[in-house]
Amino acid sequence: MEFSLLDPFLWETVIQGLLFGGVLALLSLGLNIIFGVIDVVWICYAELIMLGMYTIYFLYTDFGVPLPLAFLAGILVVAVLGALLHHLVIRPILHTEPINQLLVTGGVLFFLQGLATMMFSVEFRNLGVSFGSVSVAEMYFPVSRIIAFSVSIVAVVALWLFLKKTYLGTAIRAISQDRDVMPLMGVSPRKIYLVTSALGGGLAGLGACLLVLLYDIHPAIGLTFGPITFMVCVLGGLGNMIGGFIAAFIFAEFIALGGFYAEVEWGYVLAFVFFIVMMFIRPQGILGSKS
Amino acid sequence: MDASTSRNLTILKGAGLAAILAFPLLGFSDYVLHIAISILLWGFVYTGWSVMGRFGLVSLGHGAFLGIGAYGTTMLWNLAGLTPWIGIPLSVLASAILGLLIGLPCFRFRITGHYFALVTLALTEVARLLIVALRDTTGGSLGVTPVGVVSPEDPVSLYALQFASKTVWFYIIVGVWLVGLLIWRAVDRSMMRYAMEAISQEEDAAASLGVHVTRTKLTVTVISAAMTAFGGAVYGQYQQYINPETVSGIAISLQIVFAVIAGGMFVQLGPTVGAVITLLLGEGLRLGFGHEFHGLDVTVYGLMLVLFIIYMPRGVLGKAVEVMAARGSRPGTPSPQPGE
Repeated sequence: MEFSLLDPFLWETVIQGLLFGGVLALLSLGLNIIFGVIDVVWICYAELIMLGMYTIYFLYTDFGVPLPLAFLAGILVVAVLGALLHHLVIRPILHTEPINQLLVTGGVLFFLQGLATMMFSVEFRNLGVSFGSVSVAEMYFPVSRIIAFSVSIVAVVALWLFLKKTYLGTAIRAISQDRDVMPLMGVSPRKIYLVTSALGGGLAGLGACLLVLLYDIHPAIGLTFGPITFMVCVLGGLGNMIGGFIAAFIFAEFIALGGFYAEVEWGYVLAFVFFIVMMFIRPQGILGSKS
Repeated sequence: MDASTSRNLTILKGAGLAAILAFPLLGFSDYVLHIAISILLWGFVYTGWSVMGRFGLVSLGHGAFLGIGAYGTTMLWNLAGLTPWIGIPLSVLASAILGLLIGLPCFRFRITGHYFALVTLALTEVARLLIVALRDTTGGSLGVTPVGVVSPEDPVSLYALQFASKTVWFYIIVGVWLVGLLIWRAVDRSMMRYAMEAISQEEDAAASLGVHVTRTKLTVTVISAAMTAFGGAVYGQYQQYINPETVSGIAISLQIVFAVIAGGMFVQLGPTVGAVITLLLGEGLRLGFGHEFHGLDVTVYGLMLVLFIIYMPRGVLGKAVEVMAARGSRPGTPSPQPGE
């Protein structure tokens, strides 16, 4: 294929990548805050998103709940799941080796995926809501992707304001900076951890609202989005929100352009190889500080 | 361990091995034989993972090594007509080199814990995606079958390493499995083990005492990668069918880790016990409930793993050894020594 900067398809691809980057940024937010505060990687994070998607799907199609309410319910359900995950699974082993916490959520991954397979079968389901697409200078963009992108940006800003401006947000940031000293200052890590887990779950639920508009739902969808979400967080510097935000767009462009010049798998291959190489060059993440 | 316990153990081992070797002579169906073969083959792969996993090098990337072994051997046979007798060593070598390439920078730059797990996770996804992306050569997601040369009239091909008889495969894989256990024991009894244990507790202190941190970590990684690739190659030859999901990617990589955790990674037979638990559980649930409850095995399996990690982090066999050690009159032994 001839390379030309005037090629409208190339620009369409770049902008599609940008829009996808917004979705990835949102997906990584919840995981990032949990890692930053509790120092745990939820391997089952994308499976929580999957359950959120099913919640929204069934409320909307089977029970006729209006879409905005279904979204709200989806966010709440996943927030509760996040808090439960922390309370039932993470907390009992918080004092053991960190890798155990990562592995235990891997067990939860299989559990949730199996449960979804049993309850909802492996069939692909689509919400069937379409917002059409807009065309700008010979380029076509689905409105759902533009919505997803906008919501991501709003969510990132809102989370940033929450962490900077509210008491709870300050407490969360303080815990993430020094988890040994904060209890002495009257902040209960137990409470903060539970709140953070619910918040991370809620953000996963928000991710579910956007993904449900863009993709078919099936029990293994977590395996599609899980790895890329971890990579985004790690590349940004685990726990570093702004780094994760930038990393999301880098990955998305790799995937979009890889898909443009070859098949989409090549985009992922390039993105993951880039990730591995970057880990060796900057193991602390693109914006992480050297520890 | 006193002399009589040691002698009893030797007798027990001999009896166990004799029972295994006699197994195909008992007239079981091909299905039962297949389960036994699968247990031993995966037991070998899991043992390979635990060679590094037991020292805290938790790799979520062994799917990459498994995939190279399986696809390397099959592709060389299908496309170049190269016999597995050469294809397997080449694939194992390629996998060992990959282990070196990924391990060297990881260990140099002190990428450990979460980060090591996630880097290796990226690696296994790269392997899976490459197999899918190269679909013109590899058959993509549909998988691939090594070109078959055996038939009911001509059931044995040593050159192609294809055998129609499950009994033949059983004995081959018993051999593979035993070699895996011997490698595990060799590592367990080597200086490397003490070096690795020192490293996993306090890397700087170990280095200051003259332990070659990077070299030691690389050695166990390469052994582990090579064993896993070998297991993958044998799996492809035995199954006569591989696809990207079954030999690479995140799902199989996690499955390897969890089976080892379930069985126990600090005892020689732990990974094999893990294979017994996971395979019998899967088959048992499938036979008991049929396909109506599709996904039941994964659900129970996941739940079990969560419970294991919370309540029994040393695995079933690890726990059993612990309990027996506590019963035996050996006060002051806080935990069983890895090994025997």
